[in-house]
Amino acid sequence: MRTKRIQGLKFGLLSPKEIRKMSAAKVITADTYGEDGFPIELGLVNQRLGVIDPGLRCKTCGGRMGECPGHFGHIELAAPVMHIGYVKLIYKMLSATCRKCGKVLLEEEDRQHFLYEIGQQRERQAGVGEVVKLIFKEAAKKDVCMHCGESFSVNAEDLSESLKNEEISNELKKRLEEQGYSLTKTVHIKRSLDDKCIFNWREVPGNDSELLRSYLIDDFGIAWVKNAEISKTQKDKRLTFSADKHVVEITLSAKRDKISIEFEDGRTYEQPVKKTAGKLNVHNYKWTITDEEKIYILRRKGLELTVYCGERKRQIKYDKPTTYKEIDEDGKERRLMPTDVRERLERIPDEDLALLGMDAKSARPEWMVLTVLPVPPVTARPSITLESGQRSEDDITHKLVDIIRINQRFMENRDAGAPQLIIEDLWELLQYHISTYFDNDIAGVPPARHRSGRPLKTMAQRLKGKEGRFRGSLSGKRVNFSARTVISPDPDIDIGEVGVPEEIAKELTITVNVIERNLKLLSETVGHGGKYPGANYVRRADGKKVKVTDTNYETLSEELSLGWKVERHLVDGDIVLFNRQPSLHRLSIMAHYVRVMPGKTFRLNPSVCPPYNADYDGDEMNLHVLQTEEARAEAKILMAVQRNIISPRFGRPIIGGIHDYITGIFLLTRGVKKLEKEAVLDILDNVDIDVLDEPAGTSISSTYEKVPYWTNKQIFSMILPKDLNLNFRGKVCEKCIEKGLTCEKEQCPHEAYVLIKNGKLISGVIDEAAVGSFKGLIIDRIFRHYGEVASKEFIKNTSRLAINAILRTGFSFGISDEDIPTEGKDQIREDAVHEAEKKVDALIMAYEAEELEALPGRTLEESLELLIMQSLGSARDEAGDIAERHLGIENPGVLMAKSGARGSLLNLTQMTACVGQQSVRGERISRGYQKRTLPHFKPDDRSADARGFVRASFKDGLSPAEYFFHAVGGREALVDTAVRTSQSGYFQRRLINALQDLEVKYDGTVRETRDTVVQFKYGEDGVDPSKKRRRESCGYRQDNKG
Amino acid sequence: MKKGNVSILEHESVPIHEIITTEELNALLNKYKIRREQLPKIKSTDPVIKEINAELGDVVEIRRSSRTAGTALSYRLVIK
Repeated sequence: MRTKRIQGLKFGLLSPKEIRKMSAAKVITADTYGEDGFPIELGLVNQRLGVIDPGLRCKTCGGRMGECPGHFGHIELAAPVMHIGYVKLIYKMLSATCRKCGKVLLEEEDRQHFLYEIGQQRERQAGVGEVVKLIFKEAAKKDVCMHCGESFSVNAEDLSESLKNEEISNELKKRLEEQGYSLTKTVHIKRSLDDKCIFNWREVPGNDSELLRSYLIDDFGIAWVKNAEISKTQKDKRLTFSADKHVVEITLSAKRDKISIEFEDGRTYEQPVKKTAGKLNVHNYKWTITDEEKIYILRRKGLELTVYCGERKRQIKYDKPTTYKEIDEDGKERRLMPTDVRERLERIPDEDLALLGMDAKSARPEWMVLTVLPVPPVTARPSITLESGQRSEDDITHKLVDIIRINQRFMENRDAGAPQLIIEDLWELLQYHISTYFDNDIAGVPPARHRSGRPLKTMAQRLKGKEGRFRGSLSGKRVNFSARTVISPDPDIDIGEVGVPEEIAKELTITVNVIERNLKLLSETVGHGGKYPGANYVRRADGKKVKVTDTNYETLSEELSLGWKVERHLVDGDIVLFNRQPSLHRLSIMAHYVRVMPGKTFRLNPSVCPPYNADYDGDEMNLHVLQTEEARAEAKILMAVQRNIISPRFGRPIIGGIHDYITGIFLLTRGVKKLEKEAVLDILDNVDIDVLDEPAGTSISSTYEKVPYWTNKQIFSMILPKDLNLNFRGKVCEKCIEKGLTCEKEQCPHEAYVLIKNGKLISGVIDEAAVGSFKGLIIDRIFRHYGEVASKEFIKNTSRLAINAILRTGFSFGISDEDIPTEGKDQIREDAVHEAEKKVDALIMAYEAEELEALPGRTLEESLELLIMQSLGSARDEAGDIAERHLGIENPGVLMAKSGARGSLLNLTQMTACVGQQSVRGERISRGYQKRTLPHFKPDDRSADARGFVRASFKDGLSPAEYFFHAVGGREALVDTAVRTSQSGYFQRRLINALQDLEVKYDGTVRETRDTVVQFKYGEDGVDPSKKRRRESCGYRQDNKG
Repeated sequence: MKKGNVSILEHESVPIHEIITTEELNALLNKYKIRREQLPKIKSTDPVIKEINAELGDVVEIRRSSRTAGTALSYRLVIK
């Protein structure tokens, strides 16, 4: 199938003609249902407008309820009324057009220019709003029409410039009358300065006659130039041009202080000239006009005399919400009734509509004044039957009733010849009802209310706002068969499972078809009634849905037969989708198997927290029950947790040990420990091992008996696949190679070299790098070599092993674990902090003595800062090292940091030794007061204390100044994260929107929906990170065959 | 190209663009089982296209160095 593409959306106005055409019925009566309970003909619930009662047929299309989409009707309005949605636009249009001819009040040049602009915008598929805004602004400025009076010609031979404005005006008027033009035409003459005219004379560059011509036209309003030449003599600059009738010479004097214009017939004009900024300004330019030339020039815009003899515009006043007034020359206001407004809008010619941002084909301005009102189908405003049997109509219907009533009254009154006052009142009332019908929340208009006093929900209210059609119904999708609650940890369930509270399991259902094989089972299920595991609904073979209740469950259970459907409760083993927002990657929604449990929270194995980015501090998650076999199959195959152990993002496990699991396994596998059978079985409790390995050896007990023992490494080996071979350096590796030392491999003092031979852990300690999420090299290998199930089992076994191991000793971290002995404290203070501060002081001294040398590419100040930062930074590191030495590896904090379970050595350093330098934008804190950070420091004090170095540790507690600096640095971190999350969130959203339809096809190409190639090979190399092997790049599909 | 200016083709950030022959094009279209219009597009006003004098309807091969794949090939149809 070829996909169809939307080319565009077009919005327009409904014309009265169109409204009548699409109408299925003219609505006359305001009543809805008759006494017989059937809809009244010609009424608002007209049967031709669609059916909402079951059993009835639509009189327009013959469809039953559900088949018939409903049909529009219409109301013929007794008089035109304003459409409230367009009152502002109407006002702008009235202000921008001539009251007589309807044309937009723009000079021809401007008009052409704006039309061009609009055309350009349209071509660019850009909005014309800005241009139209400008047009409205320009046109509203005009106070006389330049179109209405254009057709006359006047012989103005002896109008000399000595005449005053009014005289010219009167003279022209007189002559117009002589020629038979109507007296109502006003001649308006505009001169910028009474008898003085200003025009610009630009120096003409080169010999460009085209340019000269355009200057002459622009600046002189001389339109009939045919040829123009420029000649330049030493003495003066002379421009000569020939025209139809004249040869004109314009001369600029050598001194450039005078300009003279000479016509063929000997007339000469001289001008003094003032030069400003490359332009020659000509003042006091006198022009003696003769014959036709005169009136022509008068009309040119470039010249200062402009003659308009069109209609004078009258100021329009808009009185909210729906009245317009016109102010005439005497300042008197006259109300424009909707009929007047409509007439004026009708006069706007089609050609001018583009200027107003409209398209004559889809909208005429007069359609903004309503003469017919469409009546929406009854299906769009269904009435509901209350329990008492009473009908309750929709708000829209109520409003339509009001409109029809007033409309009828208006007509009756008018036909009866009622006084104008009454008619106007009714008109106003009709306007009110129609306005509130569209929008019941207009400023300055009391909202129409229901009998109960509740404001009615009319058209705009249905669309607007959060619960409106757009945000609430179209963008806001709601879903059934879902649940949401708080999550809490349960290490005893499988990573692929989710613990579901019974309460929820009873609410969520799966529809099962009754077949021979499950008839008995389902019959029992239904027989449970409301008790779990039961069923909520039963659908009979005829499709009738029956609720399982306390009274009918026994009968239903017996009646249950083939072809029925049962909506049974969720039970253990059902597959569901589990999700945590924000759903940033595909692993945010995974398929889990249900495990129904007591309690009220969803239970989640802590190992699955990383892909969801979940923790248990109150996080809530959503659960969706799949409703079709296809969906369940797809979820099982593609979305199951175990399938997604390897992240497609970076091709490493994202599910694995976290926190105590890592500590536990680390404690277990560290060093060589001999464990007797009881201990071994204790540790292996709950771990899926069938046969215990042979003991590693025997020891002699206190009673001189031979007791077999197992080593700790052996215990871990028992959960490894028997033929696994792997070696890598763990998290605890000190990176000897990078430091230029040799790696001692198996003999590594830190046990960082993990060697697994034939499924036996020979050396090394298991830490984050081996089984942790995000790293997990063993998990990675098992996943690729032994598959999903094996790796899932491995993660499970590791967790259990770790828990059992850590439980044997117990593990805690308290405030006393941050203590270091006094000598350690002294060392930190003396060796690390004091030394650094001394160094800093020395640097400052050197700087002040101007002995400091600048680092390459830095100023002296920058160098100083850099060196200070360096020495203070190393001071903290040194303090950390000292602290670490004194804490020792057995310290739980160090243990957690080293094994990668939680926290870092830096965290520990800050807690126990020294918090270190605080910074803002990577620099020491230097702002606050003038030349100092806090008032009790000396100005320009650059010492460590004065610039935010915190020498205390969190355990010791910070001094007030230190506390302040820490807060300064902390605030930056806070702001940074807030800004980053919002920015990266939006960026991610944009990327998703841009890329969501792209697909990697079987030939390795990336294509979009039309099958157009986007990339010839996915990621240019065709590699799927989750399928590639470690440190290798093997193709997603190297060949392109088939 | 104005005298004294350097050809943009010589700039290190501009990958190699080459017009491919009809045979090559047919082989390409066959390989991916696509029609010409399904190729990625490039505007004829693109500076590189102007520089190599490719015409409307030509297909150019773009050979660019890639962080992931060493060199990557792409093809673009010259359009208006």
